[in-house]
Amino acid sequence: MKILVAVKRVVDYNVKVRVKSDGSDVDIANVKMSMNPFDEIAVEEAIRLQEAGIATEIILVSLGVKACQDILRTGLAMGGDRAILVETDEEIQPLSAAKLLKAVVEKEQPKMVILGKQAIDDDANQTGQMLAALLGWGQATFASKVTVAGEQATVIREIDGGLETIAVKLPVVVTADLRLNEPRYVKLPNIMKAKKKPLDVLTPADLGVNLTKNLVTLKVQEPPVRKAGVKVADVQSLVDKLKNEAKVI
Amino acid sequence: MRVLVVAEHDNQSLKAGVLNTIQAARKIASEVVVLVAGHEASSVAQAAAQVEGVSKVLHADAAQYAHALAENIANLVLSIAKEYTHILTPASTFGKNFLPRVAALLDVAQVSDVIQVVDADTFVRPIYAGNVLATVKATDAIKVLTIRTTGFDPVAATGGSAAIESLAAQADSGLASFVEQTLTKSSRPELGAAKIIVSGGRGMGSSENFAILEALADKLGAAIGASRAAVDAGYVPNDYQVGQTGKIVAPQLYIAVGISGAIQHLAGMKDSKVIVAINKDEEAPIFQVADYGLVADLFTAVPELTQALS
Repeated sequence: MKILVAVKRVVDYNVKVRVKSDGSDVDIANVKMSMNPFDEIAVEEAIRLQEAGIATEIILVSLGVKACQDILRTGLAMGGDRAILVETDEEIQPLSAAKLLKAVVEKEQPKMVILGKQAIDDDANQTGQMLAALLGWGQATFASKVTVAGEQATVIREIDGGLETIAVKLPVVVTADLRLNEPRYVKLPNIMKAKKKPLDVLTPADLGVNLTKNLVTLKVQEPPVRKAGVKVADVQSLVDKLKNEAKVI
Repeated sequence: MRVLVVAEHDNQSLKAGVLNTIQAARKIASEVVVLVAGHEASSVAQAAAQVEGVSKVLHADAAQYAHALAENIANLVLSIAKEYTHILTPASTFGKNFLPRVAALLDVAQVSDVIQVVDADTFVRPIYAGNVLATVKATDAIKVLTIRTTGFDPVAATGGSAAIESLAAQADSGLASFVEQTLTKSSRPELGAAKIIVSGGRGMGSSENFAILEALADKLGAAIGASRAAVDAGYVPNDYQVGQTGKIVAPQLYIAVGISGAIQHLAGMKDSKVIVAINKDEEAPIFQVADYGLVADLFTAVPELTQALS
């Protein structure tokens, strides 16, 4: 079966973003950009399903500016077979992302779509679930183990308080949680090979999707800074502070 | 304006976060309807009816709601969504799972992890692991929100007397089925609801060493949390993780032991009222957010602290 993996280009997780001085947005000019870490896990899972003889082809899809090609090449170097960029300079909100991905799914007819559970920039945690709903498919979010047998996926999910196992019919949308796997490092020869793999560029208009901005960001700001407190000399003075100053015990 | 709150529960009792979500709902409108979808969950519907400020409880009882499968809960919410201006649920793994399906099928945006209600259309939510707060205006006719429960005080669990109406179940989607659940068994409070949390990091060194934190937690009536490093090292189960991708907590007292303080961890606990850090590395970033820092070897300091509290 074909597996489609959606990957997003985001500010690298090591970068601490700053707010623009006019408070209109975050300043991401000249900061390091990378593949969303949860999407790397999604790509890795697709590759493992291919190595296990379940997936036949892995198609990577990214949505956004031209530079998203860089992360698609990274995914191809990891082991993806081909890539599609839906290119636009417009802001893509989760609902629009889901609509674009739905159009790609209808074109490519995969049996499974894997995405990261959330992107570490907007932390929305919506696109996979929205995509599943728009397609009328079942979903398995926050996956920590995926097993495919016949026309069904059995997925262990991370939930508050523990783990839950569900069985979902294919086709299915899976969103990857942190412990689904540990993504492989990309080897240099594979980076060279990835340059030759097919990468198609489409536009939202090609897919007949109108990008909407249902949410308007009015302003962004940095949260109040928490001031460092005091160092205490020993356990006894800590207990004293907690009892008599903070009054929390 | 009319707000629908979709309640999280285990068919026996309401999850604590529902009370915080109802508080958020009351900041939007005075009419707050709570939906309890479950199986043999009438005790939950009764509990919801007693919550302060609830106007009405809708109760859908059917086998397909026993395990809160996203496809089924979303279809049920969609069957009544048009009667509301706002649909809210806690931003827990329960709420995050099904609510985007509702938003997508209504063709509206979802605002995730709301920490503040500015007005009926405008909300504040953290982005970039809480390093930035965005104020967003939702322009759709129906606003769909998940509520970060640490952003709102709970309403009182009693004092209300709302009517309970039954709501017709929708057919099982047949797309997914529940197999099993393994919940971490603990007599300690839940991380999300605990007043005190004792959390351990890589510095704990092993799973066995968490015993000294357990002794401290038991003394304080605290929940136990962990940093990603401690979970990755296999010291404790995944659901102990506090941080950007784990649980977001804001207890009265958070005691970070052997935790260096990566921004992803701070994202999950920096709104705690009082933070204590115990770490032998005095340069550890956790000290920059701690109200009280103790530079010490945790293996002597923690037992000493437990002893001092006896």
